[in-house]
Amino acid sequence: MSTSVPVQVRIPTILRPDAGGQAVVEANGATLGELFADLVGRFPALKDKVITEDGQLHKFVNVYVNDDDVRYLDKLDTKVAETDTVSILPAVAGG
Amino acid sequence: MLRLRRDVYLRMIGDCFDGLPNEACGLIAGRGSDGHVAYPITNVAASSRIYELDPKQHLRADRDAEDRGLEIIGVYHSHTHTVGYPSPTDVQQAPDPGWHYILVSLADEAPTVRSYRIVDGNITEEPVVVAN
Repeated sequence: MSTSVPVQVRIPTILRPDAGGQAVVEANGATLGELFADLVGRFPALKDKVITEDGQLHKFVNVYVNDDDVRYLDKLDTKVAETDTVSILPAVAGG
Repeated sequence: MLRLRRDVYLRMIGDCFDGLPNEACGLIAGRGSDGHVAYPITNVAASSRIYELDPKQHLRADRDAEDRGLEIIGVYHSHTHTVGYPSPTDVQQAPDPGWHYILVSLADEAPTVRSYRIVDGNITEEPVVVAN
């Protein structure tokens, strides 16, 4: 049973220009995938920045529900509730 | 220009030596071009050639910075045997144009610290000033 509640999503500085300049946005969805679909609907510039064309989490970002990296949860199927905070951060790496 | 507090500068260099033989890495929090806090972060790649910030420690540093009214303004990592210039790998990783990319080279006896901005793949060096 899918419910839809607004969840706070924290946007990293590098993606803020694509999210109306905001540090925190609200999005609706019962799972992370639904949440990001809602976000991209309102901020089309975020398309391909968080989710790849084939529907996977982009390797250049890390996404957390509260303190947990969603790659170790159910990835985009991770359930979210109103009390959760979703954070997006750049995956920082180099040589 | 990047201004680093002396304790931030020293903590960063100490972390780079502690990380040997691997590359060390961490985040700098501050305001604009002023670095107020260094957060050493585990290099989960555990490599002498590449680094990858531990994602959970990154999140913790980001929250701590916010609690202090600061922002993450850059990242440092060490080059253990080469000069402090961003490698192609550094540039490919979709860098934040607002960040300072700090390279600590341990190739010589004394460490050298350099800082760069990376905007649209273009690398520009900036002066580093250590302040009390």
